[in-house]
Amino acid sequence: MLTLARARSAPAFRELGYWLFRYRRTWRGSIVISVANPLLFLTALGLGLGKLINRNGSESLHGHPYVRFILPGMLIAAVMQTAFLEAAGPVMQAALPRGNYRAAASTPLAPADILYGHLMYWTLRAAQNAILFTGVSVLFGAVSVYRAPLLVPIALLVAVAFATPAAAWGVTVTRPSHLNAMFRFVILPLYMFSGTFFPIEQLPAWLRPVAWATPLWHGVDLCRTVALGTVTLPGALIHTGYLSAMAVIGLFVARRNYRRKLYV
Amino acid sequence: MTADASTVLIEATGLTKVYGTPGGRAGFTAVDGIDLEIHRGEAFGVLGANGAGKSSTMRMIACVSPVTAGSLRILGHDSATDGAKIRARLGVVPQDDTIDSELTVRENLLIYGRYFGLPWKVLRERSTRLLEFTRLSEKADDEVATLSGGMRRRLTIARALINEPEIVLLDEPTTGLDPQARHLLWERLFQLKQDGVTLLLTTHYMDEAEQLCDRLVVMDAGKIVAAGTPAELISRYTSREVVELRFAPGERQIMADKCRGIVERVEELPHRLMLYTDSGEETLAAVNARGVRPLTALIRRSSLEDVFLTLTGRSLVD
Ligand SMILES: Nc1ncnc2c1ncn2[C@@H]1O[C@H](COP(=O)(O)OP(=O)(O)O)[C@@H](O)[C@H]1O
Ligand SMILES: [Mg+2]
Repeated sequence: MLTLARARSAPAFRELGYWLFRYRRTWRGSIVISVANPLLFLTALGLGLGKLINRNGSESLHGHPYVRFILPGMLIAAVMQTAFLEAAGPVMQAALPRGNYRAAASTPLAPADILYGHLMYWTLRAAQNAILFTGVSVLFGAVSVYRAPLLVPIALLVAVAFATPAAAWGVTVTRPSHLNAMFRFVILPLYMFSGTFFPIEQLPAWLRPVAWATPLWHGVDLCRTVALGTVTLPGALIHTGYLSAMAVIGLFVARRNYRRKLYV
Repeated sequence: MTADASTVLIEATGLTKVYGTPGGRAGFTAVDGIDLEIHRGEAFGVLGANGAGKSSTMRMIACVSPVTAGSLRILGHDSATDGAKIRARLGVVPQDDTIDSELTVRENLLIYGRYFGLPWKVLRERSTRLLEFTRLSEKADDEVATLSGGMRRRLTIARALINEPEIVLLDEPTTGLDPQARHLLWERLFQLKQDGVTLLLTTHYMDEAEQLCDRLVVMDAGKIVAAGTPAELISRYTSREVVELRFAPGERQIMADKCRGIVERVEELPHRLMLYTDSGEETLAAVNARGVRPLTALIRRSSLEDVFLTLTGRSLVD
């Protein structure tokens, strides 16, 4: 209890407190979006698209109904997208000469505290998204109720793996147009090459290595194999290792970039 | 004032700031080996034109900018190693204010106070008191977008006081404000000084420096070119009075030639001549006797503006 109290007064928690305080204004809308996103998508699948695909494509889906196949992909893609959008843009804003980071940097907080606090916030936001998303999916029978809880930590790992590099980059950005470009030309194309909507075996053979290289594919494949119960230990280790490495390297680069930006 | 160690709150020796260029070579020296000693309870000013290095100095003292060379001790700590400890006891009003437009006026105080690890209960009490002190009570629950420039500045000051700092750093606190807003702000800062808070402020307004500062330094191109009380600086670097003559654009040069020799020192500014003298009346009479007919003639006491002109050959505010 005492350690908990001490931890909560650690500087990084003050930065988390700031973002949570701001979130008080938008949390209702954000929960509606977190629920509506899987709801709309699962309804659409239930109403016909799924049936159509199941009739024609069950061979390449290894006999799984399409909804069970695509759901983990949608979850991970949604988490990635939120992590990028919540990290890159707000970090750029906060690092402007009049931004929140500048205010925080003039208090006892060090640049690394500011980063850790914001990272905790992204993780909490990802947890909210992942829990609501899988909850809705369980209700639709799109994922097994026993395996659903396993998807949440996988989603968190993916969120952190994308948030730290996004923050490391975002803190150096000075023009908002660069954010749009990154989203349009890097994040969105990832969907196409990462087996989100269809198995990467459907890609031309020469494109498959591209998929193996993308972090989104590692996240999607880990989440999917766990959800479908086809996970293998080597596969799980490779995926987890890849995503963890990305998160840790992102964190180190972000720490360095935060210090350079806020402490000139 | 006696300067034993316990009363020296800020001590800089050979303080230097060099900014790296993107290429990483040949940096730009913004602060060039300055010495400062600021005592408890005094209001200390740094007077200088744009680009003199005032903000760079303030940011180093605020411990958000590493010192390139020299030593900087604040409140008994080394700024290089104890930044967080020092920042906990400083109040900072930066040149670019960092008021949060996502929060209301009161929330700005509360949330900023949380950064110092203060409990909500203390913060609620303090924020009410500080909003009163800065005359913002009526705006407490408004969005900051509705504040005027002067109110924003006062909110920044209220926020800087939330941790009951021993030193308040103010970087150009009244730049861009209208005269009325400036006077209200000066009055509040004067009150702070009465309450025993040590103030370090930068300004390029000589009247601000004269009004608020017990001691000041004049900074130019990263160096301190003079130091002392306002009265000392005026008596050391300029005459008692100034005769200021204004001319039509084409006439200044001719008139300057005509005035030569009346007084020891004449400064020529665009459209203006300044004649430094111990008796304004006599000098003006001499000017009239030579048939010089300025558009306007003004006799005034010397000010820090004249000190600055003497020291740098430039006017403070162009
Ligand atoms: N981050 C920075 N990088 C490079 N040069 C800077 C930086 N900040 C200030 N300078 C330069 O240092 C000089 C002094 O700036 P500053 O300290 O802001 O002066 P002042 O506050 O007196 O106007 C200016 O020439 C300015 O362009
Ligand atoms: Mg400045």
